[in-house]
Amino acid sequence: MIQIKQVSKSFGHVNVLKDIHLEVPESHIYALIGPSGAGKSTLIRSINALESIQAGEILVDGISVHDSKTDINKVRSNIGFVFQSFNLYPHLTAVENVAIAPIQVKKVAKEEAEEKAKKLLTSLGLGDKFASYPGQLSGGQQQRVAIARALAMDPKVMLFDEPTSALDPEMIKEVLDAIRHLASTGMTMVVVTHEMGFAREICNQIVFMADGRIVEVAPPEQFFTNPQTDRAKDFLSKVLNH
Amino acid sequence: MGSWRVIPEHMPILLDGLWMTLQISACALLVSIPVGIILGLCRISRNRFVSFIAVCYVEFVRGVPLLVLLFWIYFVLGKILKMGPFLSGVVGLGLFSAAFIAEIVRAGIQAVPRGQMEAARSSGMTYFQAMRFIILPQAFRKVVPPMASQFITLIKDSSLVSVISVVDLTLIAKNVVATSFRAMEVWTFVAIMYFCVTFFLSQLINVIERRYRVSE
Ligand SMILES: Nc1ncnc2c1ncn2[C@@H]1O[C@H](COP(=O)(O)OP(=O)(O)OP(=O)(O)O)[C@@H](O)[C@H]1O
Ligand SMILES: [Mg+2]
Repeated sequence: MIQIKQVSKSFGHVNVLKDIHLEVPESHIYALIGPSGAGKSTLIRSINALESIQAGEILVDGISVHDSKTDINKVRSNIGFVFQSFNLYPHLTAVENVAIAPIQVKKVAKEEAEEKAKKLLTSLGLGDKFASYPGQLSGGQQQRVAIARALAMDPKVMLFDEPTSALDPEMIKEVLDAIRHLASTGMTMVVVTHEMGFAREICNQIVFMADGRIVEVAPPEQFFTNPQTDRAKDFLSKVLNH
Repeated sequence: MGSWRVIPEHMPILLDGLWMTLQISACALLVSIPVGIILGLCRISRNRFVSFIAVCYVEFVRGVPLLVLLFWIYFVLGKILKMGPFLSGVVGLGLFSAAFIAEIVRAGIQAVPRGQMEAARSSGMTYFQAMRFIILPQAFRKVVPPMASQFITLIKDSSLVSVISVVDLTLIAKNVVATSFRAMEVWTFVAIMYFCVTFFLSQLINVIERRYRVSE
């Protein structure tokens, strides 16, 4: 579903992605983990072209994302993206936040789009928050609205960049539960996360990045019990024993 | 105190002048808002050429005294395009004020967090859709208070159009002083008239602003 081929990127003189290779098959869930500054955000943001790349190619559902002939808006409407800081639209209600892209991009009728938005919000436990503005919601609720907003476009792929890092501990679970539920529907997902337990539980593969490279790709059991590289061992000893 | 009789005696004509001042300020505002918004949008355009043109305009207008700009528009542009004093005044004040509104608009848009544009684009919206439905509505709220104070500035600046023979409050006052020799009384009263208008407007703005803050 996602193919990343020999991708490189630099900000000025700093190489942040170096010859990245990765394939995510349909209905698989990949976790991107690694130390701060490894390039995880840059990589996941380049999958829907929020970041440009200097070399290589990224295909999503067979379409080359960074090709100038590609209609990027069409590609992006098939990719849901969830940000660490939610980025909900503060001037719109929860329902409007969820419905606006289907209405404007897919030209769905307003009533239909809002009906669907309400269903999505209800399924995420936000049945009583339809008319709330983002400022009136807790962090966990905002992030669930953001997940509903991404799902409203019926994406083929969902990308999450540290969806729980900005949340208070007691709200992390509600957001992880929402992602877990999504996993059970067979959605293809890439998740940048620091939640090792969560990554171990739901992901098919762990992708460990450091210094702009993919250092190790392995199934969770193998990665967490028997990492192959020193970088990964070092990283795990830091995050698991604090 | 008999000398103050000059004010009631000339009240109708002074009110005519005030009316002209309000008219020319309002017309100039109507010119400067669309021009200013377009310039502000050009200013942040990713197209270098477009933003360069907008920067040049803003810097040029802000670097020239309004009085000189008014003279130039009235005596140069006005002669070519056959514009009378009123129209020249509207154009001059409007184009001058547009440069400041452009900066207000630019600042308002740039005050909207970057993540808003990213969220909108990542859901498949075009740049223009994202601007129209996500960025501009948020920028608008930030822009209302400085726009309103720009209007107050405009009313005060409009007294300069008296030099291109627009019969506004300032020019009427000058004429009344010339015939009645009551400079102290007339100019004091005119100052109070300008103050009343701008004070009333700024109070109005405060009310609107408070209302906005509550609804956010
Ligand atoms: N817009 C930018 N301009 C310049 N350098 C950048 C920019 N964005 C990221 N970088 C640099 O690129 C490198 C990778 O950043 P990235 O945000 O992808 O890391 P990350 O793995 O997501 O880290 P974190 O866990 O802290 O989020 C870092 O060294 C960062 O300083
Ligand atoms: Mg990051």
